[in-house]
Parts: sequence; C-alpha cells; structure tokens
Amino acid sequence: MMPVNFHKEVDYVARLARLTLEPAEKERMAGQLSDILQTACRIQELDTTGIEPTSHVLDLPVALRDDVNRPSLSLDRVLQNAPRQEKNYIRVPRITGSGHNDQ
Amino acid sequence: MELFENTAVELSRLLRTKEVSAVDVVRSFLERIELLDPHLKAFIIRTPDMAFNTAKEVDNRRIRGEEMHPLAGVPVAIKDNISTLDLPTTCASRILENYIPPYDATVIAALKNVGMPFLGKTNMDEFAMGSSTENSAFFPTCNPWDLSRVPGGSSGGSAAAVSAAMAPLALGSDTGGSIRQPASFCGVTGLRPTYGRVSRYGLVAFASSLDQVGTITLTALDSALLLSLIAGYDPLDSTSLPGSEFDYTDDLEPDIKNLRVGLIKQHLSADFDQEVTDAVLKAASILEEYGAEVQEVSLPLTDYGLGAYYLIAPSEASSNLGRYDGVRYGYAVNGENIEDMFSRTRGEGFGPEVKRRIMIGTYALSAGYYDAYYLQAMKVRTLIRNDYKALFNDFDILLGAASPTPAFKIGEKTDDPLQMYLSDICNITDSLAGLPSLAVLSGIHSSGLPMGMQLTASPMQEIMLLKTANFFEKSRDFSPLRPVLEFSEGG
Repeated sequence: MMPVNFHKEVDYVARLARLTLEPAEKERMAGQLSDILQTACRIQELDTTGIEPTSHVLDLPVALRDDVNRPSLSLDRVLQNAPRQEKNYIRVPRITGSGHNDQ
Repeated sequence: MELFENTAVELSRLLRTKEVSAVDVVRSFLERIELLDPHLKAFIIRTPDMAFNTAKEVDNRRIRGEEMHPLAGVPVAIKDNISTLDLPTTCASRILENYIPPYDATVIAALKNVGMPFLGKTNMDEFAMGSSTENSAFFPTCNPWDLSRVPGGSSGGSAAAVSAAMAPLALGSDTGGSIRQPASFCGVTGLRPTYGRVSRYGLVAFASSLDQVGTITLTALDSALLLSLIAGYDPLDSTSLPGSEFDYTDDLEPDIKNLRVGLIKQHLSADFDQEVTDAVLKAASILEEYGAEVQEVSLPLTDYGLGAYYLIAPSEASSNLGRYDGVRYGYAVNGENIEDMFSRTRGEGFGPEVKRRIMIGTYALSAGYYDAYYLQAMKVRTLIRNDYKALFNDFDILLGAASPTPAFKIGEKTDDPLQMYLSDICNITDSLAGLPSLAVLSGIHSSGLPMGMQLTASPMQEIMLLKTANFFEKSRDFSPLRPVLEFSEGG
C-alpha cells in the first residue's frame, strides 16, 4: 500500500471543496489528513471481490408522494435567514466573468 | 428530595396525580441550570420563558381535566442540531450562529404536541463531528463527574445536562457513537434507535445514511417513554421506516433466562482500560448468573470499520455541508466573485474538525480515488452488515464496551484527531449496520468516573436493549449514580 501524502493534494482538494485555508492551516491539515487516510486506506487490504456496496442500510422502495399541491413555506420565511437580499431576491456577487463585485 | 432529582417517569406520575404542577417542575430544573450551567456549560441557549409558557398551558389543561400524554409537563433539553421554529439552531458552528429555523423538526413537533417544556438547546461538537464537545465553536462543556474532563461527544451537552440533573431527558443524535459515547462518559443511558425508526426531518444533516435522533435519559424506562413519542413513520423523511412506531410499556422485565448474549471479543482488547473491560465481563457474568447463555463472539472488521466510517461519513458530510455558502442562510463573507465568496465564507465559518472532514470527503469522492476509498468503504460496510446478520442468527443481543476508556481530560486529544476518532471504535460498526444500540452504566472506575457498556440488537429490537438495560439498572450494586456537584450560589 502506498503511503498517503496529502501535501501535494491539499490545494487541489481545498479548491474542489470551496474552502479557503490559511497557509499554516494547510500545512497542519496536510499532515493530519495523511495520517487519517493512511489508517482509513487499510480497508484496501480486504478482498471485496463480488461484494455489493452498501449505500444505505434500508431496503426500502423509493418513497414517492402523490403529485398534489400543498402549502410550502411563505416567502418571508424562506428569506428570513438570507444574509443579503433585495426586493424579495437573494443578492450574490457577480457569477459570470471575472469583473469586480458590483456591491 | 428535590424535584430535579426525579426520573422522567416519576415526574410524569407526580404531574398526573397533581402532586406537583408543571410550573414547579420547570422552575426546579431552571434553578438547577442557573446554579450549575455557568460551570458545566451544557447549554448553548436557555429558553426559560418558553418553558414556563408551555408549563402554564399544561397546568391549565390539566385543571380543565383534559386527557394528557404521560410526558406533558416533563421538561426536555434538545441538542442544538435539531431544528426548532423561531429558536436558534446553531450546530455549535459560527456558520449557523445566527440561523433561526423557519420550521420544526418532526421530533420537535412531537414534543411540543404533548406539551413538553423546552429547557434549552445543548452544546455539541460542531455539526456533530467529534467525540468530546471540544469542537463546539462556542465553548467546551465539562463532565459533571470531573470538571477537568470532557463529557464525550458529540451530544456532550445533552449527556452532561441529564447527568447533572439539569434536565430529566434530552434528545441527541448519533452518527457514529455521538449518543452512546457521551452517555457512557457521563454515566447516563443513551439510545441510538434503528436507522429509520425516528424521523430525521429537521435534524441538520451530517452523514445522512448514518444520522439518527435518539434519547439520553437516566433510566431505560425513561428512554422507552421518550422513544414511544418520537418513533414512527414520517412521510417527510424519505428514509423513514413504515411501521416503526414504538409502543411504550412499563413492563421492562426481561426474560434473561432465555437470552442469548454475544460478548464482543474486540471490546475486551488489551488496548482498552482494564477496568472498562472488567466491568463488561462482570455484566456478562451477572447475565449468566441469571440464566442467560453468554458466548464470546468476534466482529473481525472492527478496526476496518473505523476506516470505512472515516471515509463514508466525511464523504456524505462534504456533500451535505455544500449548502453552507453564505447565500441562503448563515455566516457570509463578501468576495470578488461568487466562488471567492463561497470559499471565504466556508473558510471562516467552519472550524478545524469540520474542515478536515470536508477535505477527507472531497478527496475520497474525487476522480481517481472514488473506487479505492469511497466504493471500497461501502463494500466493507456490506461485509460488516453480513457479520452482524450472521451473529443475530444465533444471538439476541451483543454486549461490549461503550468506549475504550472513561472520560478523558479536556485538551488531551485535541491535537491528534486520529486518537479522538479511536474513542468511538466501539460505536462505529453497529452504526454502519444501522442497528439499534444502547449505552448504560457498567460501573464506577477507580478514578471515580462512570464507565459504560454497550448493548446492540437486530433492527427494530430496541425493546430487547431497554429490557436488558433495565435489568442492569435494577441489579446495580454500586453508588452513587449521580456526580456530586457542589457549587455555592453565584460561585
């Protein structure tokens, strides 16, 4: 089993996770995650040929409800926690292009 | 005897016979909280006004002679990852510090419906990730048995509250031991029900295939009473089990004579505290004495289970916690563009353990690693389920330790996440298999701390766990059951 070295991966994974990490935080985390993954990847020693993965312990059919209208949360309830809003819309920075935020 | 010293079942009796009012009961617990919680810090938010209002309403209804649920007027503490309408639900995270849910979790609605006064929301490891409650973004909670020690986690606030008689009952959640490990550290009874038995609607998601709401109580009888209120099918939770209602019975007399008990070899490990394993062995011999058939069994994948869990749970968490981006709710930081805003919000809003788990999960699910990590972990999960299925052909319950050691010192494991994870080694495999599992006091360690044993049964067999726990509670030959806590007023 190859040793896990997370130092090379940390920037890439942080970008995938949309997580800004400070340089010191990155360094500490890379060491800790290498250790954790080293332990976790011992599961690769087990022969799982022909074993079905368990994504869920319940053998339930997909739960469907009748396709009928029912009341949902009111607009003010939906928006009550939104940090930035304007005229019943949630406000976010520019999504397209790389220009500066217009806020 | 003070009112706060009673079990929920006894409080229920006192209320029904009108020997005390719900307002008296609430006042007793709130005064206890006021006295002790500045030292223990089990609560993130206290809700005295809400508790008194509910209690007054219950008292008025009782005066009018209305038919009431046995738990009407019995106060409860709630882990702060269970959504409460118009009452902050922070998950002990900066990112949800100001979040006010616009709806009640199904379990909360059930509690409100019968008139249970809410004492407050309890401290926890951030997003239920941790084993000591030290990962709370706000403050750590102290173990009532020894203030220099952790109460366990992640439901540490709930366990400490019940242990210190600041609440007769509490709700917790258990993903990989988060009810049972703190219950054992605080000397109380913690039940993780069968996956799907209690609705997860409104429980803030950590790892959806593992998360389960459960009870932290003083006795098995109290657990049975609270479980009967929160169990059952919920159409709002797509993983809810039809026919999962639990009928309360005060007849918890077990048929120990015919009980087939599997004693888990891996929980008698030399790596465990010797007194913890001795207490488990003693419990096994008591069962034998009363006619149970006890046999040593093996769960050979226990160590691998930890590895599988620390891939599966973080993978699910990395997906579930994607929703915290500063757009719809929670902490938000400005950014030059939307990605910058997401990344900075999450970087500042999440604490170190949550970030670690998001990173592990993101890595395990990323292209090139998925098969070796996540897929393999899910296959190991199947192997673990198969082991349990085979064991439950021959055994009614499995007996082991609830944690390898009694409560450890605050700060002892914070720099070593892997050591912290090992504290849950006894609780992981049955979580992965979705089984009901219960922690109950097994004895008092020479250090004066409580120790716990764990009972696990096949799906939907909570009654078997509760009966066996009730048997142990009755056969207990040690005291005290409560920590000795002496603080002067305002001290």
